[in-house]
Amino acid sequence: MLAEKISCLGVNHQTAPVEIREKMAFSGDCLNPLVQIKEIPGCDECCFLSTCNRVEVLLVAEPEAATIASVREFLFAGSGLSAAEAEKYSYLRTGEAAINHVFRVASSLDSMVLGEPQILGQLKDAYRLAMEHQATGPILHRLLSKSFSVAKRIRTETSIGSSAVSISYAAVQLARKILGDLTGKTVLLAGAGEMAELAAEHLLAQGIGKVVVANRTLERAVSLARRFNGEAAALTELVPRLAEADILISSTGSPDMILRRDDMAPLMRQRYNRPVFLIDIAVPRDLDPGLNDLDNIYLYDIDDLQQVVEVNKGERRREADRAERIVAEETIKFLQWLENMELAPTITELRCRADELRQAELGRTLAAMPGLTPEQHKAVVKMSSALVKKLLHHPMLFLKSAEKPEDKRRNLLVLRKVFGLDNGDNGPTGR
Amino acid sequence: MDILFQAVFALYLGATITALVCFFNLNQRLRLMARGLLGTAAVLHTAYLLIRYFAAGHTPVASSHEAVSFFAWSLTMAYLAFRWRYRVKNFAAFVLPLIALLMLVALFSPARLVDLPPAMQSWWLPVHGMIALMANAFLALAFCGGIMYLLQEREIKRKRMGFFSERLPSLEALDNLNQHCLSIGFPLLTLGIITGSLWARQAWGTYWQWDPKEVWSLITWLIYAAMIHQRFTVGWRRRRAAIMAIVGFAAVLFTLWGVNLFLGGVHTYAG
Repeated sequence: MLAEKISCLGVNHQTAPVEIREKMAFSGDCLNPLVQIKEIPGCDECCFLSTCNRVEVLLVAEPEAATIASVREFLFAGSGLSAAEAEKYSYLRTGEAAINHVFRVASSLDSMVLGEPQILGQLKDAYRLAMEHQATGPILHRLLSKSFSVAKRIRTETSIGSSAVSISYAAVQLARKILGDLTGKTVLLAGAGEMAELAAEHLLAQGIGKVVVANRTLERAVSLARRFNGEAAALTELVPRLAEADILISSTGSPDMILRRDDMAPLMRQRYNRPVFLIDIAVPRDLDPGLNDLDNIYLYDIDDLQQVVEVNKGERRREADRAERIVAEETIKFLQWLENMELAPTITELRCRADELRQAELGRTLAAMPGLTPEQHKAVVKMSSALVKKLLHHPMLFLKSAEKPEDKRRNLLVLRKVFGLDNGDNGPTGR
Repeated sequence: MDILFQAVFALYLGATITALVCFFNLNQRLRLMARGLLGTAAVLHTAYLLIRYFAAGHTPVASSHEAVSFFAWSLTMAYLAFRWRYRVKNFAAFVLPLIALLMLVALFSPARLVDLPPAMQSWWLPVHGMIALMANAFLALAFCGGIMYLLQEREIKRKRMGFFSERLPSLEALDNLNQHCLSIGFPLLTLGIITGSLWARQAWGTYWQWDPKEVWSLITWLIYAAMIHQRFTVGWRRRRAAIMAIVGFAAVLFTLWGVNLFLGGVHTYAG
């Protein structure tokens, strides 16, 4: 059966600690291993994937222990581990489990950070490399392309990758929820902590227009502002500067609040009620919690952001369950495709065999009846093909009628046996 | 004709249900299906209006059934036009139920063809009727945007991101939606009142007679006018604009039905 030829051998962050993974050291170079695995006897198709959390070989090979063992041996060749240890740290999945695994890897269900988007790109690169070096055939080609579309389906139909799972990214995502497109918007950094810098970097990556840094010591403000290609200001200028900012990230070491509700009320009139997103990541807090009660002001402190992240993580886990269902569904579809792959050759084989027999018998009969008129000759030929067609009609229907994969497989075997397709001899033609 | 209308209603209902299911499970195929159903409904609804126009001999905005059905049609068209120009995430899940609701009202209003009383036999009927109902359609879009805004803002303010925050567009996009709809809806509303008043002059000899319908459309107009004025002078936007869009639309609906139900007056529908 075709499905059993598919297997997946490798190590990931769940089966092997980083000390083991780094010993395997394929980092950066996927080409050499790919070429060498391709040469292993018994291997029809292969694809090699190496990232910081996983090293995997996807194989289409006859399900023989020797082939698998040589691939495993190759993977662990440089690690100095014994064969028994290698087996302990690696996983081997075959057939349905291997297909399921590939789909899960592509959709980032098998990743350390659930739903992270990089793995899909890495898998695509691995596939491209394997394709360029003629390591993939029809099965891996189909399996990997399918895994990309499964990943895409999961991205659109679940929200597994949409919620932020780090504080600085959660802040950016909230900013986009409140302010929409960030291009042309201004962010004001009060204080210059590490987290503020990180959030500012994220914001810049999202295309924010301008960064203003306000700090107690102007010197530090100037140096940070230069890094972000922005402006520097003194912390005392905070309120007037806020009139033109859309986002404030506050992380000063001040023991008191630096912005109170009463400071902001007149400012909002001056701003024509343009909304402002206040992020307070300082402990003790810089911004008056009452600010959140004002219209068009959205205040999040560090605990709020942390809570958003926690909720998002839970959400991702819930979404992962839905994603698993999609993977299971797509795995079944793929198995069906494999079944049909086997069905099609059997049908052609059967037709060819029948036609060979017909031609041989026809030749013999016609040779024995030399006096036929062209019409009679034609009628005999026609009769022979009609006979073959009618005889094969029901076996074909029988082959196609099965619904369940196991029935299909059974029917296929019965038919092959009945018509002697696996016997190798050509039947009673040579009599 | 009745069967055609029922078919149109069924299509709208199907599109609504599909869009709502899609709002929950985010299935891409359902999204395309809802779009297809709505498109088919829009085409058949247009055909229905044309057939009715030729059968009745007047633009189908005269009876209660006709007005509501035309309102629903305008809303569909306004939505499709809007969608073609801007993309607002999951807007359909809010607009389609409103369309289906209007169609339900139209379905239960007597749909027989009526002869127009002499006062209504004028080419002001199509002009005034269509403009006023188109205005309502755009104000209805602003209303849907307002509801979406309040749902989204509630989650952001309460710091409990979840169901809606993921499915709705950003507050900025929703505020823009409100502004765009009003910038079309309000001029149409103004024009609707002006054409109505010109028609009144022709039919009853006076521009304005403080009929309840007229009073309520004036109230509606004042609500929207105040809102737009405040937006440009002191920056009433976002939350307040969203609330005003909802209040304004409530006034629109009262002008459309409430007045006839509770207050009466000369402005009744034919039939």
